[in-house]
Amino acid sequence: MSRPSPKERMAIARTKMREQEAAARAKNFKEVNQGLEELAAREEAKRCLECKNKPCVAGCPVAVRIPEFLMKVADGDLAGAAAILREDNALPATTGRVCPQEKQCEQVCIRGKKGEPVAIGWLERFVADWAARNMEPPKPPAVKTGYHVCVVGSGPGGLTAAGELARMGHDVTIFEALHAAGGVLRYGIPEFRLPKDIVDREVANLEALGVKIECDVVVGKTITVRQILEEFDACFVANGAGLPVFMHIPGENLKGIYSANEYLTRVNLMGAYLPGSKTPIAKGACAVVFGGGNTAMDGVRTAKRLGSARAILAYRRSHDEMPARAEEVKHAEEEGIEFLFLVAPLEFLGDAKGWVRAVRMQRMELGEPDASGRRRPVPVKGSEFELPCDIGVVAVGTSSNPLLTSTVPELKLNKWGNIEIDANQMTSVPGLFAGGDIVRGGATVILAMGDGKKAAQSMDAYLKEKVERAEDW
Amino acid sequence: MFKILSNETLAAQVHRLVVEAPRIARARLPGQFVIVRLREGAERIPLTIADADPKHGTITLIIQAVGASTKDIVATPVGDGLRNVAGPLGKATHIKNWGRVACVGGGVGTAVLYPLAKALAEAGNEVTTIIGGRSAPFVILRDELAAFSKEVLVTTEDGSLGEKGFVTLALDKLIKDPARRPAAVFAVGPVPMMAAITRLTQPDGIETIVPLNPIMVDGTGTCGGCRLTVGGKIKFACVDGPEFDGHQVDYKELMARLNTYQECDCRLQEQVRKLETEAPR
Repeated sequence: MSRPSPKERMAIARTKMREQEAAARAKNFKEVNQGLEELAAREEAKRCLECKNKPCVAGCPVAVRIPEFLMKVADGDLAGAAAILREDNALPATTGRVCPQEKQCEQVCIRGKKGEPVAIGWLERFVADWAARNMEPPKPPAVKTGYHVCVVGSGPGGLTAAGELARMGHDVTIFEALHAAGGVLRYGIPEFRLPKDIVDREVANLEALGVKIECDVVVGKTITVRQILEEFDACFVANGAGLPVFMHIPGENLKGIYSANEYLTRVNLMGAYLPGSKTPIAKGACAVVFGGGNTAMDGVRTAKRLGSARAILAYRRSHDEMPARAEEVKHAEEEGIEFLFLVAPLEFLGDAKGWVRAVRMQRMELGEPDASGRRRPVPVKGSEFELPCDIGVVAVGTSSNPLLTSTVPELKLNKWGNIEIDANQMTSVPGLFAGGDIVRGGATVILAMGDGKKAAQSMDAYLKEKVERAEDW
Repeated sequence: MFKILSNETLAAQVHRLVVEAPRIARARLPGQFVIVRLREGAERIPLTIADADPKHGTITLIIQAVGASTKDIVATPVGDGLRNVAGPLGKATHIKNWGRVACVGGGVGTAVLYPLAKALAEAGNEVTTIIGGRSAPFVILRDELAAFSKEVLVTTEDGSLGEKGFVTLALDKLIKDPARRPAAVFAVGPVPMMAAITRLTQPDGIETIVPLNPIMVDGTGTCGGCRLTVGGKIKFACVDGPEFDGHQVDYKELMARLNTYQECDCRLQEQVRKLETEAPR
């Protein structure tokens, strides 16, 4: 098949994503992005120059063979493109939607040096959605190894590890603490960014591979890690970060103030936004969300959709320091989210019934760079002001949950309570591997997936060595 | 699915369910709870595990049907199941031999008190149990508690059973009697009752332990919805509790937070109206 010349490729402008109109979508929970049409996708894929160094592959935490799948799309061989994605990435429909591409593959795309990078994320999503409609679910491998491995947590890290291990022929069981699989994809990321039927589909694909998922198992409580290591040949722990961080300012326990975890769990996992939901959620005319990451962005856009007339994001640094994904910031701005930069809350003020009614804030200015390299926000004296606040959502981060780790005394942790691992993702306990936020302390879906992929390879090697060691005896 | 093996009525609206849950039955210690979701779309609610039988792989739940979710659960027939049961959650009761203890249960709290009192008796404590309710039908588990208690004192607000008055009346008499005075008090019931008991035991410094039941979602520490102030610090009832030092708990805040979803429905409309009538910013 003839492919366009480099000059012809350079002449193609980056495609546009079809989106729900801003005013309409700010009132519903349906997905904002509507996906690409096939013709547009094929044109977009042709923009890839097939450059020699493939910086995009190196920029991807799970090393998807990006130019190869793009060329399949350009050729119209969508099944071929899907086959590549399926081999390299356990959750392509998810990462195509939630990865910060502008900081990974698309950031290093050679097309971005002059103009705009290839829309790799949108194309990944396009191929994954096409595969879901047109391809059979994957099949379990014909040859089984006979090893039983356990994965703790069914978030992106756990699902990825489980998929890899199952394809290697191991017998995989996932223990999930909640009543539904998916972890942060299920309870954290809202429907308007990642529809839950996509999570269902990704989970169903794993089950088709032979992965068993047992919900309602809280490792550390229902079963101990010691028991798991007796029952299984190896275990991968990816139970997430877990504990919400509060700001420890007066009035934080007033009614109407939520951790982002609780706010989003009620809406996403429990469906509090659906009519007739059994799980309630407090609503208010003026919602203020504290933080500048993706979770804060999800929180403030959720508040808007739940009916808040004003939905305000309050961040102590400025626009450029926000860790949130660029597309989400753009979408939020279009939806009428108000951004208050360089502010920090001092105190929540309540009414007679114990409901929050306002927050007292202080302005900040940027000082010297801190350990993260970002300029440290410094309070401006005498700049206090009051902001109406009927709903407050605290999205300033999470810390490690000791529920599992505290029951394994021999497990080495760092000073923040995160699990320490070696270069192969193995912990200080032989046969026990770990990855994702319980190791990293709050990162992204794709980094957790990278950990899961690497851990699966290490676990496979560990199991094979175990046999050799046994045979040496 | 977690199969219901028996469902027996103990008193009006009070049911004892035996549920198949082998992993939980093996791991459970007194004082721990489970999060139950009856069916797809139902709420997640915390329920104390009244008893566990590791050999047969069952747990016992004593449930007073007070809200929509608990009413649905007790209406489930034997042979059907609970969609989700996660646990055992929370810390186990710190059980030791104090010598003489008083276990006080008010209304629905008596179901939570039962496993605690039983574990305390098994540890060699002389247990005096005080249970109370609005009227006779609200006094539950009297015979079950009598099986291991030295004595069971009953109070009702209308005097239809036992002594007329609140459980605090009976506890006050106990504390003032040097021969019966408890070294520790375990109190479970409505928040005002626990607050009143704490006030009663404070002057003499009698250790008072209160199992608390704030609003919860996941039960594993990830949402913080069950947070409360204990000794000036934020604690999560699901992982730091459910039992706390009664003298350190901020009951006013706890009570306010428990009312969140009785009040929140009409708030939004009122506020939006207010915002629209005010001059633009």
